[in-house]
Formats: sequence, structure tokens, C-alpha cells
Amino acid sequence: MIKLEKIRVLFNQGTALEKMVLNNVSLAIEEGEVVTVIGGNGAGKSTLLNVLTGDIRPSYGKVFFENINVTDWSAEKRASMVARVFQDPLVGTCGNLTVEENLALAFYRGKNLGLRFALSPNNRKIFHEFLEKLNLGLEARLKDPIGLLSGGQRQAISLIMAVLSPMKILVLDEHTAALDPRTAAFIIQLTCNIILEKNLTVLMVTHSMRQALEVGNRTLMLTEGEVVFDANGKEHSKLTEDDLLKLFKEVVDKKGEEDEILLNP
Amino acid sequence: MNELQFLGAIELGLIYSMVALGVYLSFRILDFPDMTADGSFPLGAAIAATLISYGCNPWLSTFCAILGGCGAGFFTAWLSVRWKILNLLSGILTMLALYSINLRIMKGPNVTIMMDVRTIFSPFEIMFSTKITGTIFLLSLITLVAGFLLWYFMLTKTGLAVRATGTNPRMARAQGIKTRAMILLGISLSNGLIALGGALFAQHQGFADVSIGSGTIIMGLAAVIIGEVVFQTRRIWLTLLACIIGAILHRFAIALALNADGIGLQATDLNLVTAAIVIIAMILPRLKEITTNKFTERSRS
Repeated sequence: MIKLEKIRVLFNQGTALEKMVLNNVSLAIEEGEVVTVIGGNGAGKSTLLNVLTGDIRPSYGKVFFENINVTDWSAEKRASMVARVFQDPLVGTCGNLTVEENLALAFYRGKNLGLRFALSPNNRKIFHEFLEKLNLGLEARLKDPIGLLSGGQRQAISLIMAVLSPMKILVLDEHTAALDPRTAAFIIQLTCNIILEKNLTVLMVTHSMRQALEVGNRTLMLTEGEVVFDANGKEHSKLTEDDLLKLFKEVVDKKGEEDEILLNP
Repeated sequence: MNELQFLGAIELGLIYSMVALGVYLSFRILDFPDMTADGSFPLGAAIAATLISYGCNPWLSTFCAILGGCGAGFFTAWLSVRWKILNLLSGILTMLALYSINLRIMKGPNVTIMMDVRTIFSPFEIMFSTKITGTIFLLSLITLVAGFLLWYFMLTKTGLAVRATGTNPRMARAQGIKTRAMILLGISLSNGLIALGGALFAQHQGFADVSIGSGTIIMGLAAVIIGEVVFQTRRIWLTLLACIIGAILHRFAIALALNADGIGLQATDLNLVTAAIVIIAMILPRLKEITTNKFTERSRS
């Protein structure tokens, strides 16, 4: 189980520009749960994700991975437990390394490095098998620099990289936002297949209400750094896109009214 | 250019190929513009020359010079990753400090290695028919071994982690790579190689001097860029070979410029010539871009 306890994140703490990005967020993710996070721009979705991966250290609160307090662990120290797919495929892969070198980096994620060759016939075979399953013909391009591949191909490889070695949680950061609709649909299908096949625990940030319901079995809505909605189980399976949109509008309208009060005293 | 000048250019080219490999590691692999080189090259020379003149074993002295260079590089990288000092500035600070340190090591501005004192070249000078073939043989051997070791390192897990750190540190960290440790390691290795170049230079020339370091980075960069222009490859072993060939070609270019009758250049114009070569090598690709663009525009219209 992965637990966030009373997480508060303040940007520019102690200055006039102080901003509360996450306000007292507590969240427990059970094994096998696929949590999708939705919310408007600036709601704190990415910050929540970065707190989990260790890229942002919370101002207050604790992070637990299976009862280990990892609050003070850096992103690289958490890498053996957290696999991440970035929004931008250029960020998630090393452009001038070859496809197989990128895969090798992921293969040794969080393990001790030594002076043995990074690529061996054995792990080349593993990479080949993994890429073959994608049916994109990428297994023939193992020796090409990954920078020569398209964004969709790179994101597909990013996904494969994420699941090459074991993890406690897979973190997906709007990983289809930079892709065209067809490629995005393909990547989402691939994501669902991999999650199902490996029975993964997932936290996925998305802008698409439909994706949130399709992929996840639990959905959170964040607004102004607070969790305003959290549905799982039967409640989640009954949810429709319209419900979420209505809810989203309600939350935004409520905030709008507050603004109006502020503006027209 | 006569035969002696030709062979001399090869010798110096092989010595500076160490600098080229070091600069390639810092500038290209780690994307870390490391200015320490101007200090670590004379540091290597100073350590080797001083120890040898004290009667220390020349191989051990050379090894100590490498360690000294690694230390200098480590300090620069430490300033940058631990204290977040701008990488360019970290290198300049170390380079400045090394100037004084080199004067301390040599107890003066220079140290001479007497003709009768044994250097790593001595046994090879006797072994071959001429002195110069002996030194070229040993220098080629050292260059090949250094190049091979660097190539091997790049293919290891750690080497791959260093390369990832240089191209995409964010991705590297997400894969659990300790990017700061990789920068410390890479910059140490880079300056170890450059100091080795300095140690070879001192033993080859028979002296070490505080001023021999000025322009080391540019010489290294010149070699790297010339190699890239000539080879244009992505394969690691070829890029390393390109650095070595680039260093030798750079020395040929200098020898040609300085020895050509009629131009009127002298040995003291070395830095001017080097800067000009680097500037030309960096402008040429742009120029090519501009002319091909113009050409395609014209053919379209």
C-alpha cells in the first residue's frame, strides 16, 4: 500500500508569492488499484504526482511505501519502487542513445551499476521479445538512436521501459497529451493491456474524463490543491462522463461564485 | 614541412589526443563545459616532472599525475553538483587555484627533466632505430589503450549511466541513476586523461612550465570538432577514434601554418592559429547550411 499523509506543498514558502499547491491531501492507494486523477489546470495534479515520485518534497506530511517512510528519499532513490512515464516522450527517453540502450537503462532501474557490459545477448533477447509484442516493427530498430523514432513510438517504448523491471507503483503523467488522437488511443489501449497483464498499481494523471473512467478503477478530482471527489468500487463503475463533467462544472461554478463575491462586495 | 616536422606533429598530436578524449568526455558526453583542463594539463606535467626529477619511477610519476588530474576534476564537479556553482565558473575557479598549486608543486615556474634522467620514453628510444620512432610507438600504444579503456567504459552499465546523465538528467534520475555521482565520476576521469596528456608532454619535451596549460581546452575542442567534421558518426568507437585523429590533424594544421614560407607566422602565433582553426571549423557547418538553404530556395522558385 502507498500512503500520502496530510501532504501540504507550498511554493515560494515564506515569501509574498507563497502559494498552497496541495492542501492537506491524504490518500491511500491499495495494491492493484488504478487511480486516475483529474482536475483543471493548476489544481495540483502534477504536484501530487511529483510528491509520489520524489521530484517534489512536501512542505508538510509524509509519504509511505509499504510502511517505509520515503518522504526524504530522492527521485533516484525511489526509482526501484516507482516507474514513471512522462508527458513528453522527449523527456522520458534519451534521444541520442539507441533504443536498446534506453531499454537497458530501464532494465537496470534502481539496481547497482557496475563495470559489466550494459547490453548482453540475453537482455537483447528480452528487449526483442518485448518490442515484438507491440507489433510496431520496433524490434528491427533496436540499434537506431531513439531520437529517430516518432513521438508515438517513443511513448510506446517509454511504457515498455516503465514495466521492464518490478515496481510498487506505475506513475503516468498525462502520457498521451502530446500525441495525436489515433496514437493516443493506441497508447491508452497498450496501457490498459499492460496494467491488466501485470496487475499493476497505477496513478494516472489525465485531462480526459473518458480516459479517467476507462483506465481507472478509482477516480479522484482535485481542485485548488484539495481532493473534492473520490470514487471507487461500484460507485466508480456507475459513473459516466457526464457525471464527471457536471461535477467538474459544479466545482468550477462554486469557485466562480466565490470570486464574484470577492469582486462585488 | 619536412620529415622531422611531420613526425613531431604526430607526436604532439598523440599527446594532445589525451586532452581531446578528456574534453570529449566532459563537453560532449556529459555536456559539462569544463574549464579545469587549462589547469589540469600543467598539473599533470608539474607532478610528473617534479617526481621524475626527484628520482621517482617515471611510470609511478605518470600514475600520480593522473590521480592529481582526477582530484582536480573531482573538485570542479563537486563545486558544481554539491554547491550548485555554475559549471563554467567551477572549472575556472579550479583552474585559477591550480595555477598557484602548480607553482607550489614545482617550487617555481618550471622544472627541467635532465637529458640523462629516465622517463617512460627512455627504454623505447633505445629499442628502435631512431629515437622518434620509439616515442611514437609508445605514444600510439598509450593512446590506443586509453581509447580502448574509454570505449569499454562507455559500454558498461556505469558508462551508459554517465551518457544518460549528459543527455537527459531528468530521465536518468527517473531510472534511478545518481546523476551527481556520474558527473563527479565523469569529470574526474576527463581530467585524469588531460593530466596524463600533461605528464606525457613534460616527459616528451623535457620540462614542465606553468604556462603550458593556456589554451588546452581550445586545443582539445579543436581536435574534437575536427574529428567530428571528418568522421560524422554516431558509433562510439569511431567518435573516440575521431578525437584521436582530430588531435593529430589539428597538429598538422598548426605545423603547416607555422612552417609555411610566405605567411610569416612564428611559433608564438600558436594560440592565434588554434583559435582560428576552431572558429573556422565551427563556422563551416553553418555556412554549409546557409548555402544549401539558399540553393533549395532558388530551385523551388
